[in-house]
Amino acid sequence: MELSNDTQLEMYWMMLLSRRLDERAWMLHRQGKIAFHISGIGQEAAQVGAAFALRRGEDWVTPYYRDLALMICLGYTPRDFLLALTGKQGEPTSGARQMPSHWSMRKANAVSHSAPVATQCSHAAGIGLAIKMRKEDKVVLATLGEGSTSQGEWYEAVNWAAIHHLPVIFMVENNQYAISVPADKQMAVASSADKACGMGLRGISVDGTDVYSVYRTVAEAVADARAGKGPTLVEARAYRLTPHSSDDDDRTYRSREEVDEHKKKDPLIVGRRILEEAGLLDQAKIDEMEARVKEMVDDAVKFAEQAPYPDVADAMFPVYAEEVRRG
Amino acid sequence: MAEITLIDAIRQAMDEELARDENVFIVGEDVGKRGGVFRATVGLFDKYGEERVIDSPLAELSIVGVGIGAALYGMRPICEIQFADFIYPAFNQIVSEAAKMCYRSNGEWTVPMVIRAPYGGGIGGGLYHSQSVEAFFAHVPGLKVVVPSNPYDAKGLLKAAVRDPNPVIYLEPKKGYRLIRGEVPEGDYTVPIGPAKVTRQGSDLSVYAYGMMHYYTLQAADKLAGEGVNVEVVDLRTLYPVDKQTVLESVRKTGKALIVHEDNLTGGYGGEIAAIIAEEAFTDLDAPVRRLCGPDVPAVPFSHPLQDWFMPNPDKIAQAMRELAAY
Repeated sequence: MELSNDTQLEMYWMMLLSRRLDERAWMLHRQGKIAFHISGIGQEAAQVGAAFALRRGEDWVTPYYRDLALMICLGYTPRDFLLALTGKQGEPTSGARQMPSHWSMRKANAVSHSAPVATQCSHAAGIGLAIKMRKEDKVVLATLGEGSTSQGEWYEAVNWAAIHHLPVIFMVENNQYAISVPADKQMAVASSADKACGMGLRGISVDGTDVYSVYRTVAEAVADARAGKGPTLVEARAYRLTPHSSDDDDRTYRSREEVDEHKKKDPLIVGRRILEEAGLLDQAKIDEMEARVKEMVDDAVKFAEQAPYPDVADAMFPVYAEEVRRG
Repeated sequence: MAEITLIDAIRQAMDEELARDENVFIVGEDVGKRGGVFRATVGLFDKYGEERVIDSPLAELSIVGVGIGAALYGMRPICEIQFADFIYPAFNQIVSEAAKMCYRSNGEWTVPMVIRAPYGGGIGGGLYHSQSVEAFFAHVPGLKVVVPSNPYDAKGLLKAAVRDPNPVIYLEPKKGYRLIRGEVPEGDYTVPIGPAKVTRQGSDLSVYAYGMMHYYTLQAADKLAGEGVNVEVVDLRTLYPVDKQTVLESVRKTGKALIVHEDNLTGGYGGEIAAIIAEEAFTDLDAPVRRLCGPDVPAVPFSHPLQDWFMPNPDKIAQAMRELAAY
C-alpha cells in the first residue's frame, strides 16, 4: 500500500486537473456560455484517494455527480467534460442527454447514474452480488454524499452488502451540506460511518482533505473486500467549497467566514504541503503542472466550442437495447 | 402435450432458464426455501442452490435495485415482487433507473432483467393483495410490459422475457394461477414479446383484454355465441410496446370495440387502446368505443360482496358485449 513518489505526484496532478476544470466550468457559466455546472471542489482528495486504491478499469464504480476527480482518474478527459458542459455531439457518457456530471464510462466499469440520490447504491450491491456469484477478484466502489445516507434506499443497499458479505466499499463524501441543509440535520450521529455498526459492517471516518490518508483507508477496505471479508463504510470528511450548483447561492444559508475557514483546509493546499514536506514538489514543478493543465483546459474549451450540437434525428434512440448501434 | 396450470408453466419456464443459462438467477421474498408464497419457485432452491434462488431481505426497492446492478454486470436476474401491490417502493428503480439506463447512457448500459409480480383481484386479497399496476408501467418507454393469459403464453413469454436484453415487467394473473389450465410443450420455445393474438375469430365486435380478464372474456364470448352474436377476442399479451396493427385490424373488421380490464377505469390501459382506435380507425367504427373496467375506487375491497361489485366477471362482460352488439 506504499505509494511511489511518482504515484503521489500523479495523485496531486489528478486533483489539480480536476480543480482547474471545475473552476473553468464556473467561469463559463458566469460568462453565460454553459447552462449548468455542479461542482466537486473540495472533494478532490476523497475521490482521487479512493480511485487510486482501486484496480482502475477492472474494479467497478458507481459514482455520483460530484465525482469529476474520480472520473478523471478513470480516464475521463477534459474534452469529454467540456462536451458535457456544452451539450455537444460526441459527448461520451450519455450522448448529451444527461445534465453535465452525470457520469458513465463503460470501458472503466463506471456505471451510469441518475439525479435522485442514493439510487446507485443498490446497483453497487447488485454488482457486488454478481462478482461474488461469479467468484471474481473484483470490488465495487459506491460513492455518495452524506445527504444520501438519509435515503431508505441507502440503508437497503448497505444491508444487502452486509448480509451477503459483498465486495463493496461505500464511500460517503461528507461535504457537510446537502444543498442548504447541514449534516446535523441529516443524522443524529457525529459521523455517517457510525451508521455502519447498526448494519453489521465496518465503519471508518477519515480526513477527506488528505488524499493519501483517504488512499490508505480505502485501500485497506478494498483489500478486505477482495479477501472476502465483506463491505466497509468509509466516510471521507470534506467541505463543499462552492455552492451546490450554478443555480444555488450559498450566501443564503452559510457565512463567508465559515467557508473561508474551510478554504484553509483545501485538499490542494493539504496535498501540496505534504508533497513539499516530503521534498517531492516545489514551485517550479507546480508552475509546470499549472501550465500543462491550462493548456489542456484551453484545448478542451476550444474543442467543445467548435463541436456541433447533437442531431435531433438521433433523439428517439436508443430506448431499447435492440436499437443500440455497436461499433 | 401435458395440460398444466398457469403457475406450473411459469415455474417450468424459470426452471428451464436456470438450467440453460448460469447467469440467470431468482431473487425475491420467500422464493428460496419456501418456494414463494404462491409456490411459483417451489423446488428451484433445492435444485439450483441458495446462490441462484436468493431469499432477499424484506425490501422491494433493493430487490429491483440489486437486480439492476447484477444485470449491469451481465447477469440475468428474475426479480419476484411478492404481490404487485408491493411494487411501489421499487417504482423509482424501475422507472428512473432500469427503464432509462439505455437511453441515458446512449446505449452504453442495458438492463436485461425480468420483474415478475402477481397482480389482480378476485382472491379475497383486499386493497393490498389485489391491485393491477400495469397502467403505471405501460406509460414508460424503456420498459416492456407483458401479461400472459394462459399457460402456453406464460411459459413462452417468460422465457422470452428472461432472454430479452431489456427490463421486462411480467405481470401474472394470480387468480388464474391454478384455475387456468392449458397444454404446454415440455421442450424449449418462446412466445415473442410484442405481438397480440386474436384468440377467437368473430365479426360483430372486438373485445380487447389480457390476463384474467381475457380468460373471462372467452367465457363471455361463448355465452354470446349462443345468443347469435359473433365476438372476436384479442389477447393483448404485451401491453408495451403495444401491437397497434393487430388492434386496428380487428376493429376494422368488426366496427365495434370493447376493452376489458380489472384495473380502474380512469387513466387505465384501456384508454390507450381506445385512443389508438379513435385516432386511426375512426371511420371504421359503428359504435363508440366501450370500456368495462374496475370502478374508480382506490383498490379492491376485501368483503366478498364488495369484491364482487368491483371485479368484472363473465356475466358483466357478456352484458357489455350485448349492449355494444345492439348499438
